[in-house]
Amino acid sequence: MTTLTPSETDLNLDHAGETHADHRMFGLATFLVADAMTFAGFFAAYLTFKAVNPLPAGAIYELELPLPILNTVLLLVSSFTFHRAGANLRRSMHQRCRLWLLISAALGFAFLVSQMVEYFTLPFGLTDNLYASTFYALTGFHGLHVTLGALMILIVWWQCRTPSGRITAQNHFPLEAAELYWHFVDGIWVILFVILYLL
Amino acid sequence: MTATLPAQSEHPSPSLQPQGWLRYFSFSVDHKVIGLQYLVCGFAFYLIGGALAGAIRTELVSPLSDFMPREVYNQVLTLHGTVMIFLWIVPVVNGAFGNYLIPFYVGARDMAFPRLNAVAFWLIPPAGLLLISSYFITGAAQSGWTAYPPLSITTPASGQIIWILSVLLLGGSSIFGGINFIATILKLRRPGLKMMQLPMYCWAMLGTSILVVLSTPVLAGTLILLSFDIVAHTGFFNPGLGGNVVVYQHLFWFYSHPAVYIMVLPAFGLVSEILPVHCRKPLFGYATMVVSIMAIVVLGLVVWAHHMFTSGTPPWMRLFFTIATAFIAVPTGIKFFNWLATLWGGRISLNSAVLFSCGFIINFVLGGITGVALAQVPFDVHVHDTYFVVAHFHYIVYGGSVFVIFASIYHWYPKVTGRLLNESIGRLHFLLTFVGFNLCFAPQHWLGLNGMPRRVAEYDPQFAFINQLSSVGALLMAISTLPFLWNVIMSAFNGEIAGDNPWRALTPEWLTSSPPPVENWKGEAPLVTEPYGYGVPAEQLDLQAASGRDLWSNGR
Repeated sequence: MTTLTPSETDLNLDHAGETHADHRMFGLATFLVADAMTFAGFFAAYLTFKAVNPLPAGAIYELELPLPILNTVLLLVSSFTFHRAGANLRRSMHQRCRLWLLISAALGFAFLVSQMVEYFTLPFGLTDNLYASTFYALTGFHGLHVTLGALMILIVWWQCRTPSGRITAQNHFPLEAAELYWHFVDGIWVILFVILYLL
Repeated sequence: MTATLPAQSEHPSPSLQPQGWLRYFSFSVDHKVIGLQYLVCGFAFYLIGGALAGAIRTELVSPLSDFMPREVYNQVLTLHGTVMIFLWIVPVVNGAFGNYLIPFYVGARDMAFPRLNAVAFWLIPPAGLLLISSYFITGAAQSGWTAYPPLSITTPASGQIIWILSVLLLGGSSIFGGINFIATILKLRRPGLKMMQLPMYCWAMLGTSILVVLSTPVLAGTLILLSFDIVAHTGFFNPGLGGNVVVYQHLFWFYSHPAVYIMVLPAFGLVSEILPVHCRKPLFGYATMVVSIMAIVVLGLVVWAHHMFTSGTPPWMRLFFTIATAFIAVPTGIKFFNWLATLWGGRISLNSAVLFSCGFIINFVLGGITGVALAQVPFDVHVHDTYFVVAHFHYIVYGGSVFVIFASIYHWYPKVTGRLLNESIGRLHFLLTFVGFNLCFAPQHWLGLNGMPRRVAEYDPQFAFINQLSSVGALLMAISTLPFLWNVIMSAFNGEIAGDNPWRALTPEWLTSSPPPVENWKGEAPLVTEPYGYGVPAEQLDLQAASGRDLWSNGR
């Protein structure tokens, strides 16, 4: 029997003296299915463009691999460090958890910086041709997700600051939710990397 | 002063929210309040959409565009389609009845995520006002509710952008609602209640919510790309810049064909609740109903390109989508015959709710038959973008969904208010609606078969008489709203007192007081394992005295 913190009671888990299980992770997972479908639509559009619409004469669409490989490594490592943060929290080691969270957020922001560097060094702009537009739309939409995820990590980091605060070893929905979301963003990046850079 | 306040006031519980009529204008988290907010808000937009339809039919009385300029006609028809689909039918058949009924049906005190629920509702009024206001600010979008490029790229940008913003907000609302319904139906069921014991509307809403969660995000992504084309001059869907318009159509219909099922599947569920009660018979073929709903969900996701037979689709694609579409007729037909079998030999009380339900069955089967016809490529190529499609679509969404919305209002009004609607006015409403609807849309099949294109303000003079006939039908439909509004408003104050369970129904929402208390049941929620167990002689059941729990533990 977990004790409910004040912030949990105003979620109406408590009805007329009855309590029910916490379904917020289920709700988040359902939302991520919806979010994945948005990406699926973009991927479908990109692949169809690629199959049907030839690149116009003289248009440039060349992608270099080193920077995106670095990006992939950054995100995969950040997934691992986030997992370490959660494991430490469950053992009530709040300071270690916060350190791992900070590292994860830093890796996320490093990804964003690296992505910006790639944007500024690419030989094509947003409106140059169809592939260029789709490339920026897809990576930009993913980058928006990374930005939100990194901010979420910082919020969780702030909420973890005291062992008896909003996030405790038993009651850690915000951390769990941010972690699931972060793994999702990583997974999407891996698919995006394969489709945009390798295919 | 603040120090003297009691500690619990910092965390207001549901009972500290506004009570009385004021709560309907508040950020209430009570599912019943939110359901009624959806219904009344949706009905207000129905009146706006209906006024727009009236403007369209007035314009089409004569072959010339003499009632309004062509640009205004384009704006009016775009607003009509968008308002009716995104602000009336989708929010009402899903949000309104879903929020009101689903927690009762699963034996819960509220939805799984009450605050998300309130957010989902409160996205709708601003989105709707944004959409309507675009007409007065810079002129509304002119490219129809489909917003096909290149038309949506070449018509004035500001109206189109406001349209996209509004639809994105409504899509978000719809997704939040869908997540909430899935979590409530799958996770919040009362202990002991199995999935195959749920009332049919739960299954319909589960199927619908799966479609919402899988397809709405694709529309959102597509509209974001379209807005880039308009604002940033990218070329995703702009052939002039190397883009591909057919990709837009594929992505759009990947949402918008399931959207038709998002509009009619809940109506299927509602009719399946109404018919057994008023026929005093169990719902015929419960298991086949469940299987057909899920089959429609799966097939509904793979038939979208039947809207695109004239868009240069390759032959293999035409063949696949024709066959897949024809297959949908099978589960739909199963449902149709199950409703007939439910009616067959029942002790039918032919009240307004049943009349509207039967009207639904008749209209829907007509719309369904023209739907199967439209799935056949040779026929579709002939009537594509003509009034035949308009007639087919309105038979599905008006003759189908809207008839069921009215049937449901007659059925559940006593639940919500504790008073009955006036039956005579209800029958007058049905008569006017049924005659008006069929007079308005049946002749449009003929117009389409003879080649009158849709979405155009002017037409060949040979079609004038049929168009005038159709406009008379539209006028009847407009008039039919008046007795309904009168009935709903007057009955709230002077209607006959209904008692808790006027229809002697067995589904869980009736096994509590009417109107229900804040958390649905004073005591424990009843375990209703057989929601359609009619046919037990009425004298054996003392429904006035029994609570749901007694009814089922003693009756078995």
